[in-house]
Amino acid sequence: MAKDEFEKREFKIVGTRVPRPDGLDKVTGRARYGADMSAPGMLFGYCLRSPHAHARIKSIDTSEAEAMPGVKAVVTRADFTHVPASGGTKDILDNVMAGEKALYDGHTVAAVAANSRSAAKAALKAIKVDYEVLPHVTDVDEAMKPGAPELHQGRQQESVPEGFSQNVLARSQYGHGDVDAGFAKADIIVERSFKTAATHQGYIEPHACLASMGNDNQADLFCCTQGHFMVRNTCADIMGMESGRLRVTASEIGGGFGGKTTVFLEPVALMLSKKSGKPVKMTMSRDEVMRASGPTASTSIDIKIGVKKDGTVTAATGDFRYQSGCFYSMNGALGAMCGFAPYDLENLKTVGWEVVTNRPKAAAYRAPGAPMAAFAVESVMDEIAKELGMDPIDLRLLNGAEEGTKAAYGPTYPAIGLKATLKAAKAHPHWSAPLGENQGRGVGCGFWFNFGGNTSVSLMINPDGTVNLSEGNPDIGGSRASMSMMAAEELGIPYEQIRTIVADTASLGENDVTDGSRVTFAVGLATIKAARHAIEIMKGRAAATWGIDADAVEWVDGAAQPAGPNAGKFPPLTLKDIAATMSKTGGPISGHHEANAEGAGVSFGTHICDTEVDPETGAVKILRYTVFQDAGKAVHPDYVEGQLQGGAVQGIGWALNEEYIYGEDGTLQNAGYLDYRIPVASDLPMIEPVILEIPNPGHPYGVRGVGETGIVPPLATIANAVSRAAGVRMTSLPMSPPKLLAAIKAN
Amino acid sequence: MVAVTLWGSLSELAEGQREVEIKASNLRELLAGLQAAYPAFAPQLERGISVSIDGKIYNDSWFQPISETSEVVLLNRLEGG
Amino acid sequence: MSRIHVNTTINGDAVDYLCEAEDTLLDVLRDQLDLTGSKEGCASGDCGACTVELDGRLVCSCLVLGAEAGGRTVNTIEGMADGDVLHPLQKNFIEKAALQCGICTPGILVAAKNLLDHNPDPSEEEVRYWLAGNLCRCTGYDKIIRAVLDTAAEMRGAA
Repeated sequence: MAKDEFEKREFKIVGTRVPRPDGLDKVTGRARYGADMSAPGMLFGYCLRSPHAHARIKSIDTSEAEAMPGVKAVVTRADFTHVPASGGTKDILDNVMAGEKALYDGHTVAAVAANSRSAAKAALKAIKVDYEVLPHVTDVDEAMKPGAPELHQGRQQESVPEGFSQNVLARSQYGHGDVDAGFAKADIIVERSFKTAATHQGYIEPHACLASMGNDNQADLFCCTQGHFMVRNTCADIMGMESGRLRVTASEIGGGFGGKTTVFLEPVALMLSKKSGKPVKMTMSRDEVMRASGPTASTSIDIKIGVKKDGTVTAATGDFRYQSGCFYSMNGALGAMCGFAPYDLENLKTVGWEVVTNRPKAAAYRAPGAPMAAFAVESVMDEIAKELGMDPIDLRLLNGAEEGTKAAYGPTYPAIGLKATLKAAKAHPHWSAPLGENQGRGVGCGFWFNFGGNTSVSLMINPDGTVNLSEGNPDIGGSRASMSMMAAEELGIPYEQIRTIVADTASLGENDVTDGSRVTFAVGLATIKAARHAIEIMKGRAAATWGIDADAVEWVDGAAQPAGPNAGKFPPLTLKDIAATMSKTGGPISGHHEANAEGAGVSFGTHICDTEVDPETGAVKILRYTVFQDAGKAVHPDYVEGQLQGGAVQGIGWALNEEYIYGEDGTLQNAGYLDYRIPVASDLPMIEPVILEIPNPGHPYGVRGVGETGIVPPLATIANAVSRAAGVRMTSLPMSPPKLLAAIKAN
Repeated sequence: MVAVTLWGSLSELAEGQREVEIKASNLRELLAGLQAAYPAFAPQLERGISVSIDGKIYNDSWFQPISETSEVVLLNRLEGG
Repeated sequence: MSRIHVNTTINGDAVDYLCEAEDTLLDVLRDQLDLTGSKEGCASGDCGACTVELDGRLVCSCLVLGAEAGGRTVNTIEGMADGDVLHPLQKNFIEKAALQCGICTPGILVAAKNLLDHNPDPSEEEVRYWLAGNLCRCTGYDKIIRAVLDTAAEMRGAA
């Protein structure tokens, strides 16, 4: 349960920049990622994928493939006979192995395991699938219209009004006040429509796993994931097996950004292994990663904001239409909740729409749903500032949310850091630096919720006084370092005396996925509590050794000592001393903590960017970029900075280049890094991170999630900079050179 | 009684009321009370909701105390990346 | 299908292997020699995660056939440290937090070492262009560029 736990203190280790414990393995090539594990007698598994955007699968003939040399198993949907208990998992099964219909280009329809890669690939070509090609739709606005090709029937939720196609699955409305009355009071009203393309998380490591399942219905799975407990629970539900019989070990993970919070290959590999009786390794190619995993929603958004001449917003509305691929997602609702979250608005109405199309099932991508909403809202705020001749930071400070503001999504904010980030931005030399010809400066704000969630941590005291910490969340950006730091801080021992590992699903209690910027907050909280639990035991051992009351012992600088002169005079017993005698004083010593750490603190950021637009080509150069974020206590400042820098650069890619491009036939046209261009080193300047450490009251050290908020402001920030540099308002992402050039020429 | 703020599309299922009163001293009682008083909420409650209690967001914690003066706001169930 | 017998030198050691004609050098390194430090991110030469040195030149090992390595010298990430002594780039990547998930790190280190072998005093722009073929999705490149520049300065100071 979250309560106000923050206590101000002087830190010895937290806040320093220690080397990470997994660093050596990662700079020497020893670290084992998803595709780096092998097993004796292992087979190679590959998927056959639909070449059609939308097709009924009339029949699949696998007989020829099964007879080929080296082929040990072929699976189709017919092998998945168990119906998952959870509705969400049914969708996941439909996504990892198509049922009656292939719903997008790249949808898996069958899979093969063989004793060599070449034998498996040859067998894929021998599988005969009889498709009845159906009309398809990939654009969100087209998909909503009555008469659009429909993917599913009977999935529309009760919130959807009449007059839409069955592709519209849900509608969520948020807001407060009376927007009509608010707009009536406005001196200026700006109304704009925006579009953003779908983008991919773009992790460099493709999905990969190694599954081993026997006819005893017991299995082991090694895979790259953001949550191996989620993999276990989901795969067990799909396979119809008890979760305790499936042990999942998380590999090192080569990036996720939300895209590895679900399963793709894992159930298929388990089924191939079960059917062949041999371990099966599967890895996706980049083409498969692009066609069949991860993308975020593409959107179509209408924003209307009314202001008085002094800049006070009187009313705002937003209509957020998000397509999230072929199954339900809640990205539209998140957009409707987050877009206006930085503002204190008297009258607000937002509507989020969830729409399905013939595209891969969207996965979460770093603050899912929020960056596109912020792009639209912040673009209109920028236009208003320009029209009023007002400094865009001043406009935001005038209307910015603070403690006591009714948030766009309903609740009243506790103490928040938005205005602190705006003031820091305004005071930064970047904001007042001169600009040259064809250059423009943009600013944008962003909000994200941050989560806590189910967390288990065990902390073991070894006989020689070293400490092992087991956590259950894959280390995606240095979390083993930050957990060791928090444990060392609490125990009062050197950082190097602790080794943190990510335990498998059979070695630790339940853990939620590494998502929602939850790990440093929630696992950190559990780590501190586990250390405190171990300290209580060690104090008891010292008390027994001295023959005094446990209450009369205190823990100071890594040692038990009598708490004042009345307790008696004894030299301190260090953690090492207590560890050395533990078998004589009562046996092994471990601390642990398990909780659903809810009530995480929300987070805000403000970004500033300078761009230069080439009026001849439409190319944009990022000249300077500064990030201001309320990060709570930065446990390891290097890795907090890294989150802010990495989020900004993903946002730069989203704003300028990245997009899923579909052809007339509904197939993806740019399924590779050559044509789907993510930012490279030569595209970028240094990214300056400014960390504002406003403590989170819900964490003992004041830690707040930092991973996601950094991707929310960039789309808007860059669009505002480009629009000012080019002298034309850009309302469609990405602002790729041809699109920008056309806008400049049309102006 | 606890005053519970509904989001717009949920309020449409409660005859347009933006705020409803439920007798509850913790999250579990709140969810049970909503289910009993507003059967139309059942599909949404089954899909899951998040609840903001005094500005902090909870998904599951049944025994999270709620006082009569707590600000309670229902939200679509949140997911992250 | 008959396989091709290849004699080559990898990280200073004489190595021989049998490969199929279509096997890439990356396939051979990873599947046959268990040198899994070189990563497959795209198999099309676009991401640089499989970067190795072939006769001192940087190549994407996914674009080189295993058979082509015959009689030549291959250096991978596994050969970068001298026993238990890390190369200054490796040391500084750890100390200066120049990696997050670490999947691109082997390729970037091999490429950065090759740069410093050729140019001990690169400008920021030269480092950025040299590493433009190595994608990183986590860091935004900032700390990577700084770590390479700092290592270059440190190595010049020590020389």
